[in-house]
This record gives sequence, structure tokens and C-alpha cells, in this order.
Amino acid sequence: MIWGLLAQFETSVDLLAAARRAYASGYRRMDAYSPFPISDLAAAIGFHKTHVPLVCLVGGIIGGVGIYMLQYWINVFAYPINVGGRPLHAWPSFIPPTFEITVLFAGFGAFFGMWALNGLPKLFHPLFNVERFTSASRDGFFLCIEAADPQFDLDDTRSFLLSLHANAVEEVPYR
Amino acid sequence: MPEARAAELMQERAGRPPVMLPGQSYSSITDQIAGVVLTRKISVGWLLLFGAAGFFLTLLMYAIAYLLMRGVGIWGINIPIAWGFAIINFVWWIGIGHAGTFISAILLLLKQTWRNSINRFAEAMTLFAVMCAGLFPLLHLGRPWLFYWLIPYPNTMTTWPNFRSPLVWDIFAVSTYFTISLLFWYQAIVPDLATLRDHAVNRTVRKIYGVFALGWRGSARHWERFESGYLLLAGLATPLVLSVHTVVSFDFSVADMPGWHESIYPPYFVSGAIFSGFAVVLLLAIPIRKFYHLEDFVTLRHLDNCGKFMIATGLLVTYTYVAETFFSWYGTDVYGAWWSWNRQHGAYRIVWILDVLMVCAVPITLWIGRVRRSPTLLFLVSLDIVIGMWIERVMIVIITLNSTHLPSSYGLYIPTRWDWAVLLGTVGFFMVCFLLFLRLVPMIPIFEMRKLAHEIEIPEK
Repeated sequence: MIWGLLAQFETSVDLLAAARRAYASGYRRMDAYSPFPISDLAAAIGFHKTHVPLVCLVGGIIGGVGIYMLQYWINVFAYPINVGGRPLHAWPSFIPPTFEITVLFAGFGAFFGMWALNGLPKLFHPLFNVERFTSASRDGFFLCIEAADPQFDLDDTRSFLLSLHANAVEEVPYR
Repeated sequence: MPEARAAELMQERAGRPPVMLPGQSYSSITDQIAGVVLTRKISVGWLLLFGAAGFFLTLLMYAIAYLLMRGVGIWGINIPIAWGFAIINFVWWIGIGHAGTFISAILLLLKQTWRNSINRFAEAMTLFAVMCAGLFPLLHLGRPWLFYWLIPYPNTMTTWPNFRSPLVWDIFAVSTYFTISLLFWYQAIVPDLATLRDHAVNRTVRKIYGVFALGWRGSARHWERFESGYLLLAGLATPLVLSVHTVVSFDFSVADMPGWHESIYPPYFVSGAIFSGFAVVLLLAIPIRKFYHLEDFVTLRHLDNCGKFMIATGLLVTYTYVAETFFSWYGTDVYGAWWSWNRQHGAYRIVWILDVLMVCAVPITLWIGRVRRSPTLLFLVSLDIVIGMWIERVMIVIITLNSTHLPSSYGLYIPTRWDWAVLLGTVGFFMVCFLLFLRLVPMIPIFEMRKLAHEIEIPEK
């Protein structure tokens, strides 16, 4: 049982071209791996829209509305303090905490939302079974077509990857 | 990659050093930066510094233990000067922290690629400085173990904080600042921890880094979300960094005290914060690039740019001094005029003179390009600025409280040995944290340097 076929490329340019060709040939269940973010690479494998900004926005709204309501409830109802007859609902004074907690929750949204959408932390992955994959965090550029792809065929996919000028093509075992 | 930008990054206009020296490849970048953590032996110099820092950290713990036993009376504070070193050091430390976020967030949004090699340790500096800062208001509470009373939570006393007080805003500002800085810093470290996981020889080390790397594998989808999240955090941290010292300045300007009750306070504090922060970045960067041989990544260009930032922010601070002095003379507030006269001629005039010399006069030398590009001179000017900015906070806190509206509440403040012990102790704490950081985490973001190398089109492999 194998998880997919992993092809290594010499440069980021080769990887980008290979990813585009693979997508054009109809492969969908695949991913590219690189030691630094390469612009257009995600788009080349058909990944266009991240939902991180949405999670961030939702977090910010929850934080901002929540803390303002909390301050209003505390200062007006729960524990009103009369300081020389000044208004209890002193909205200008509520702005600094509202701003801070909006930023805090939006930041939680961006950070934890990003990891959750990425499916991390996940300490083990079949790709870590491949010895040469350690260079994905150094200077290696990889494209992996997963066995789950409907078009996947061990021999055909291997020859297809080799035709993309891959340095090497390796099987990725499950364990 | 547009050729014009590549050419700009690599060559720059005549006479300006590049952001990364030529001759590096992805693997050499990785080896050189990760090698500091993975293969480099602990040097004698590091051990000596760590020992010295550890001594001051011990002093801090001793001073805090004594403080908890005896109370804040061991410090020189009293009425009328109840704030003393605690607030001076709080403002000083948190100001220092600002440069880290400024470099990592604002310069990221402005696409200043030169920031990439100094942002990691500038952010680390921010975290440690904010830790030191947070210590002071807590200790100054008198009963630090009850600090959580400042946080709104349902309690059996059925009391709640008063949100009309700037001191409550402080809790929100400082804790949010620390949390967002930590998330921002950690997120960028994860891909580098994956590098350490993949290249560590020792099994235990590999496992530890592996856990903190969260299973990062450099997938294109992950990078896409990673960059999106990183930009969002930068966008959030940008107004945040300006807000933190603004809120700190509200602690002063909301009070009806001569010299504090000024609308110029927020920009005054923020510019002073970034001023001292860049100075500390340089105090750390200049020895680090020398001892760890990272001149290829932290080039003279970085030093030069930090110097220019210090010129700009230093002038803003100087402008504030001029404006304060002018308006206290021109305005109708007799207490304001008295405060300004007292600042220049009163018991603490030496503070004012030193402040003007160190904060306004000495940094003028930064206008000379040769000073900005000479590591030694720049180091000395930065040291002057950091100390000068501490003196500025002495001036702000002490001189106003020294002579307020009523002559019956004039008074002097003389710091005791415990005041000094806590101040020096936090410096030790900061250095201990920073020295550990240098050995445990890549101090320069490796993946960002690879990306930079990719952008300036060095030959791959």
C-alpha cells in the first residue's frame, strides 16, 4: 500500500512548471513542497482561496463586540461607580480595551485558524518515511501525487513525473 | 521576479551595501544559520556572559523575595513621588520592546526586505523586554499576588474593574501586546524548527524540535495559509505597536498633572519607544553578527537603516522637548510654567541636562554616514541612546511628581539599593533569556533568507 509518488526537482522553476503540467493533465490530489514560500505554486496545484482572513475577521468581531458589551454591562449594571456624576456609559473610555481585545481575538483567529485549516499540529505524515524528504526544509523541491487521486496509476504516474524532468521519483509508503 | 527589483536588492544605488552578501546558496544559508544552534559548541564568551547575566538574575530574585517580605517601602518611593523606578523602568522596557514589532510588522507591510534578517531576534528582544516591563507594575502593586484583581472576572467580592481608568487599559494593552508578539514570533519559527528537526543528529534534540515544529512539511497549501496568516498578524500588530505606548502615555496624560496633561504624549511616547528600541536592536545585532560570523546576513545596510530610523525618531523626541518648553512658556497655565522652570533649574536639573545631551545632542552624529556604517561608533551611540532614554523616563516621572500644584507636597525621590537591584536584575533576566534564545532557536529566519536569495536570483543549488 503506498500513499503516493514523490518527485524531486532541481529548482523552484522546475517544480512550478511540473505542478502546472500535472494540474493540466488532470491530477488533483497532489501537493508541492518547498523550503520557502514560492508565489503561484499553490495556485498551480489548484489551491486559490485561503479562509484564514475570514477566521481572523470573525475572531475580531467576536472580540470587539464581546468586550464592549462586557464593559457596558460591568460599568452600567454590575458595578456602577458614580464619579462626580459622569456618565456610566463612558464610551470613549471603553475604546482602548475594545481595540486591544479586537486585535487579540483577530490575532487568535489568524494564528489558530491558520494551523487548524492546515491540519497541524500533526507530528507524523507518510512523507516523513522518505529519506530524501528531509531536504524539503533545506534546498529540495518536491511534488507528490497521492494514490487517492482517481487518475493515479503507479506506472503511468511514475513515467509522467519522470517526463517532467524530475531528479528522482520515489514511492511513499504509509508506514 | 522583475529584474528591476532584483537589481535593486542585489546592487542598490551606488555606495549602499546589499541586504545579503553574494556567494550564498539555499544549503549554505541553512547550514550557516542552523549550525549556530545544532553544531556550534558553547563558547567561553557565551558562558562568561551567561554567568554574568545569571548573577544579575539571581540578584533580581533576591530583590523580589525581599520585596515580597518587606513591601514596597524598601524602595525610595513615598508620597508625593510614589511611582519611582517601578514606572520609570516599566516605560523604559516596554518602549524598548517596540522596535521588534515595528521591524517585523510595519517593515513587512512596507515590503522592506532588509528587515528579514533582523526581525527574528528583534522580536525575541520584544518578548523579553515586555516580560521585564510587565514585572514592574506587578511588583509596584504592593500585593503582587493579587494582580488578577485587575482582570474582569466574576468573583465572590462581586467587584469589577473600572474601565474609565487608564491603569485598567494598561492590563489589556500590555497583555495583548505580549500575546500577539508571541504568536507572531512563534509562527515564523515553525518552518525553521522543521529545518532543525530534519537536520539534527541527536535523536532527543530531533524529537524536541519535532514537537515544536508541529509536523510542518512545507506544503504549498500550508505556505499559502501561513503567509496569509502572517500578513494578517502583521497588519494587526501594526496598529497594536502604536497603541501600546499610547495607552502607557495615557497613564500620564489623563492625570491632571503639570508636564503630564499634554495631548502630545502619545506620539511623544511612541517615537521615544521606537528610538530606544532600535538602539537596543543595534546593541544586540552588532556583537551577534561579529561573534557568530553573520556579516553576510546582517550587513552594513541594516546598521545604516537602523541608524536612519534613530535619526528620525530622535528628532521627533527633540521636537517634543521644544514644543513642551515653548508651550509652557507661551501658555497661561502657571503650574505648567513652573514645571518647565523646575525641570531646567530645580533639584533634578542634572537629569534634564543629561537627557538633552544624550537624547538630543549625541544622536546628531548619526547624520554622518561614516558613523552609521561603523559598527563600533554605532554601538556607542546606541548605548548612549538607551541610557539617555532611561534618563528621559526619570525626568518624566520624577520631575512632575517632585513639584505639583501644592508647595506642601513638594518632595524628593532618592532610589535605594533595592531600586537599583531590581533594575539591574531585569537587565540580567533579559540577557539570560536572550542568550538562551541564541542557542535554542535560529536567530535569523532561515526560510525568509532562502526566499530572499530566491528573489535576488542567486543560482539555485
